[in-house]
Amino acid sequence: MSPPLLVLADASVRFGTVEALRGVNLKLRRGERLALVGANGSGKTTLLRLLHGLVSCSSGARVMQGGGAAPVVAMLFQRPFVLSLSVRQNLIVALWLRGLPRAERSARAADALHRVGLEGLAARPARELSGGQQQRLALARAWALRPDLLLLDEPTASLDPSAKREVESLIEAIAAEGVTLVMSTHNLGQAKRLAGRVACLEAGRLVVDLPVAEFFTSTLPPAAAQFLKGELPWA
Amino acid sequence: MNTIADSLGLAAGLIVSFDAALWRIVGLSLRVSGTACVLGAIAGLLLGTWLAVARFRGLGVLVWALNTLLALPSVVVGLLVYLLLSRAGPLGPLGILFTPTAMVIAQSILVVPLIAALSRRLVLDALRDGGDQLQSMGATPLQAGAVLLVHGRFAVLTILLTAFGRAIAEVGAVMIVGGNIDGVTRVMTTAIALETSKGDLPLALALGIVLLGVVGLVNLAVGAMQLRSPLAREALV
Repeated sequence: MSPPLLVLADASVRFGTVEALRGVNLKLRRGERLALVGANGSGKTTLLRLLHGLVSCSSGARVMQGGGAAPVVAMLFQRPFVLSLSVRQNLIVALWLRGLPRAERSARAADALHRVGLEGLAARPARELSGGQQQRLALARAWALRPDLLLLDEPTASLDPSAKREVESLIEAIAAEGVTLVMSTHNLGQAKRLAGRVACLEAGRLVVDLPVAEFFTSTLPPAAAQFLKGELPWA
Repeated sequence: MNTIADSLGLAAGLIVSFDAALWRIVGLSLRVSGTACVLGAIAGLLLGTWLAVARFRGLGVLVWALNTLLALPSVVVGLLVYLLLSRAGPLGPLGILFTPTAMVIAQSILVVPLIAALSRRLVLDALRDGGDQLQSMGATPLQAGAVLLVHGRFAVLTILLTAFGRAIAEVGAVMIVGGNIDGVTRVMTTAIALETSKGDLPLALALGIVLLGVVGLVNLAVGAMQLRSPLAREALV
């Protein structure tokens, strides 16, 4: 078995007096697809931000794979942020921020736009795209970075069913290239379709982390079982 | 004494006949305020962006001071620059008091707080929307700020036009550090003050009309920018 790409060891994240994550242990291996589920405020987004390194552990540790170049991590947010520039320029800026040389930026941008089917809209102002197209642009931007780890924060939450299908198939295509995926979602069907493993968070704790088939068939701890049944944790 | 109607008629004549003295004053005003805004933009945008992304002890005090300076009276700026540039002042040896350069310096100082405070707000608001995304793409705080200025470039232009409007319409600072010397440092506002005190109402009115015209054009440009970008509207709220 390959060494883990990223390990969280007893990781906690605190914002002032609020403990958003408590003692999370998690190992991610290359090519894995992990879905994070849990109620609103359970810590899914904070966990994604911690995996990226956008927030630091207040205790515990986050360890990226040692040796060689550091893995490239990209993240997609629920509401994609696109710059008031053209579709193509959005990709160019992302690649410039990663320090890629000019010639490579153009080639990668063209390739990524082709993959998500936006090459015909390359010159269009990105803010004029539909929600689904903007999320595809965000995926292209992440794809162009050639990430080892792609973090997706409810990537289809605000999309209509057809845009949702398009984005899901693009996520499948990215995962098929061996990119490690971690995706938060409220859509259990999506977790079944896209993930190989499902982890459930409750009040900042990782209460279960199982292969997808087992997650939906085995007896789960009460908090996860309640979430699956759609029961409110405070009811 | 001329009646208002007579004065307006004579003023209109001066404008349409391209009176040399009038347009020399207008040209100098545009040159001084335009240069001041370019210099103020460089300093103000850098300062505003830095204050939006920086995190250090005392930041709140600095932002409070900057916001207070928004109300800086132009005569106070004029006085400070006069003290700096006067023969006994620390920059006296430069010998630039009562020159257009001194006026540019004074107006630059006047517009820097305005540009910095508004651009800081613009970058802060944009960071709320896209800060995480930019950070996740590897942007340093200053890179993120710079990218967001490009993102909100129409709003930035609106800020700069507003600053230009303030610079070209002020009279106190340029009067003190320029001295209102005919053909050298006389600009529209100082000329209006002088001609009114002399009773030469047509020239004062003509200059007033041109000044209003310039400010009106600037406002039209601001309005056009606001129509093009919602970010521009937010920046000025």
